[in-house]
Amino acid sequence: MEYVVEMLNIRKEFPGIVANDNITVRLKKGEIHALLGENGAGKSTLMSVLFGMYQPEVGTIKVRGKEVKISNPNVANDLGIGMVHQHFKLVENFTVTENIILGCEPKKGLVVDIKSAAKKIEELSNKYELKVDPYAKIEDITVGMQQRVEILKMLYRDAEVLILDEPTAVLTPQEIEELMKIMKNLIKEGKSIIIITHKLKEIKAVADYCTVIRRGKYIGSVEVKSTSQEKMAEMMVGRPVSFKVDKKEKEPGDVVLKVEDLSVMNNKKVLGVKNFSLEVKAGEILGLAGVEGNGQSELIEAITGMRQVKSGKVYFKNQDITNMSIRNRINTGMAHIPEDRQKRGLVLDYTIENNMVLEIYDREPFSKHGLLKKDAIHNYAEKIIKEFDVRSGQGGKSLARTMSGGNQQKAIIGREVELNPELLIAVQPTRGLDVGSIEYIHKRLIEQRDEGKGVLLMSLELSEIMNLSDRIAIINNGELIGIVNASETNENEIGLMMAGIQKGGTKHE
Amino acid sequence: MNKKESLNSILAVVLGLIAGAILMFAIGSNAVEGYSYLFRGALINVKRGGDTLATATPLILTGLSVGFAFKTGLFNIGTPGQMLFGGFCATVIGLTYGATMPRVLLLLVMIIVGGLAGAIWAFVPGLLKAKFNVNEVVSAIMMNWVCYWIVYYAIPGYFKGSSETESKSIPAEASLKTKWLTDLFSGSYINLGILIAVIAVIVIAFILNKTVLGYELKAVGFNKSAAEYAGMSVNRNIVISMMIAGCLSGLAGVAQYIGNASNMQIGIMPSQGFDGIAVSLLGANNPVGILISALFFGVLYSGKGFMNANTNIPPEIADTIIATIIYFAAISAAVPMIVNAIKHKKAIANAKKLQNDGSIVQQDLANDESKVSNTEKANDITDIDDKEEK
Repeated sequence: MEYVVEMLNIRKEFPGIVANDNITVRLKKGEIHALLGENGAGKSTLMSVLFGMYQPEVGTIKVRGKEVKISNPNVANDLGIGMVHQHFKLVENFTVTENIILGCEPKKGLVVDIKSAAKKIEELSNKYELKVDPYAKIEDITVGMQQRVEILKMLYRDAEVLILDEPTAVLTPQEIEELMKIMKNLIKEGKSIIIITHKLKEIKAVADYCTVIRRGKYIGSVEVKSTSQEKMAEMMVGRPVSFKVDKKEKEPGDVVLKVEDLSVMNNKKVLGVKNFSLEVKAGEILGLAGVEGNGQSELIEAITGMRQVKSGKVYFKNQDITNMSIRNRINTGMAHIPEDRQKRGLVLDYTIENNMVLEIYDREPFSKHGLLKKDAIHNYAEKIIKEFDVRSGQGGKSLARTMSGGNQQKAIIGREVELNPELLIAVQPTRGLDVGSIEYIHKRLIEQRDEGKGVLLMSLELSEIMNLSDRIAIINNGELIGIVNASETNENEIGLMMAGIQKGGTKHE
Repeated sequence: MNKKESLNSILAVVLGLIAGAILMFAIGSNAVEGYSYLFRGALINVKRGGDTLATATPLILTGLSVGFAFKTGLFNIGTPGQMLFGGFCATVIGLTYGATMPRVLLLLVMIIVGGLAGAIWAFVPGLLKAKFNVNEVVSAIMMNWVCYWIVYYAIPGYFKGSSETESKSIPAEASLKTKWLTDLFSGSYINLGILIAVIAVIVIAFILNKTVLGYELKAVGFNKSAAEYAGMSVNRNIVISMMIAGCLSGLAGVAQYIGNASNMQIGIMPSQGFDGIAVSLLGANNPVGILISALFFGVLYSGKGFMNANTNIPPEIADTIIATIIYFAAISAAVPMIVNAIKHKKAIANAKKLQNDGSIVQQDLANDESKVSNTEKANDITDIDDKEEK
């Protein structure tokens, strides 16, 4: 069988790290080829090499059997290679057509010939069942639709090979299903697709072949049909992994956190959270599900005190904390695993030891009369490091900057759990982590619940929410769409609610 | 100051001196002779040593001021104004109460008032930054000029000395110059200012490394968002940090105007203020590093006159050397980058070699489809190679 694209023995390094080390990927015509690896394994780098954004130090690229040198993305375009980036590159207030023809506008005399371009786009859209309106404005259409515009952009430029970088990260389950249908339509018409992902389920659903990369190194290529998810996970992580989270039934206790009619402004100075009400009880995990950017972050920031509340109340243990300082919230028993561990969670230029007392450095025994007690801090940090298996070069004396993301996250979780809070707010606690760390962190969260703590879990990974939560609250466009029991629902129902459709089928506006 | 930083600073100094030597050579002078006079001028005898220490004193304090603010994420470019205001307020006290207060009490009051005055001058930019997010660089520079003109107006108006452009001299009781210290350094103008500076170095190092306050200030400096997340008051810390930095600059003014000098001139923005930025840079913002780098600057400043008197090398050469050193200190970040680039090239060469050896792997791949075991072997080879590289 003919290979459309072959990347042979590619090596790409950046100062200090080897991002790709002797990696070989071969894509057949009409095939969906998955590139599987954990975050930071080097998948995106490899594809950027193929798309001409980076030059490999070593290795050759062949397109349709001929060796080529892809010195920039235009060369890649000419060779029929197109890429949809994780973050779309669209002009918000342009129409679909204007966005697609940007850079290669068809001209009729001196004016841009929008009409014929729109017609061509409509034809393409119908051919691959994309259902895109060529005259719609980008800001008016859904994220899923925007992604299709990106795909159309490549088709318009006659791309034969499509690279999709983490295409499902921003989609609801229903949109993911539709994307998969589209991908299948594309290969039916003879296109070839490389999809970058770390989600095994999706690979199983669409891909024919799967190449696994671990820490920049080539692990192997396997046929998806004959390989189990467990096997692929093992190749990705380097050891067997369990997917199931053990969870006992548990009767929840008193209400710990109560959010009442809360409205919060977002960064664009419009309401990001609208009249939101919520209760978290002791001994339960309440999952907050929603598509990215629907007000979750604003809600969490309002609860933790990092964002001003516009109206409504927040109660913690029956005490009104709406205007309480962040430090006082922490002192009364609220712990928070922040969304962005490097921006908020850690002072990267501090040692691990110093980071472990970030909220409690001014309490005894860590300080006395304004002076730090280094021994007490050291011992406390060592305890967390040991208990939460935080690994680093020089133990507690390592700078946080030098640790891997997984270990940084374990350190933060250790710090927050060690506060012995009554409410633990975990925001995207496993984002960007390897399967091994995820497994561990999930276990720890369940442990907190079993000890009778209230846990508010916000995550964009629906499977994480489904696995861990007792109840699930769904947020869309800043509004609470509904709360369901995790045991009585399924991904489909939650997916619909994430898209704003309330239980029973009425569309929420 | 870690090993790498000290090495960078030493490298910057050496390169600066070499550049100076080249300059001296270019104007037809003997560089060895030039440097020997430069250093002899600063250190040849106890008196000159004392003068050098006195020259370095305000630099230590302004360097600390800039360095402390840097550590907490702020750029205090208001050192000249804070210094001027500190010196002015101390001078005013000295001129007003010089004859009526007992000396120990008088000096204490002057030092405290000088420090407080500097702190107040830095409080304004700090508050503006905390409350309205006004860039502290802009407001601090404006504060410099506010003070410049206050002094320009107040001295001829209320404290006029022998000429329109300078104040009366403070009485000897109000000066930091002390008999035992002057005698110890055989008539040098060294004064108690050096003790203030050394105490300040110790106190600042202590605050930064041992106290809750230092922990908070550094956390805010390194990562404002994380500090906020942890419940620290970012705004309060900005104000406190600016005030401590301003206090240090105010003390520099005390050391300069009632120590090294005995009156104030109008129309002069003290150069020691901006020099503090260079001192702090060369000292890597570390209190002890700043002390050493200020002493080094003191040597250059106080030796250049002697060099000029004994050779035909103009004193500007010393200023050029200082400028070059600052330049090298600033680009010292480039050194690790160059080292990395060399390492990088080596690694690529190794990889190319490896690829030739590894062509077997490629053939294997072409023959068989599920190559897991073979490639893993190949990866093992790479692993070993990597280890050897290390």
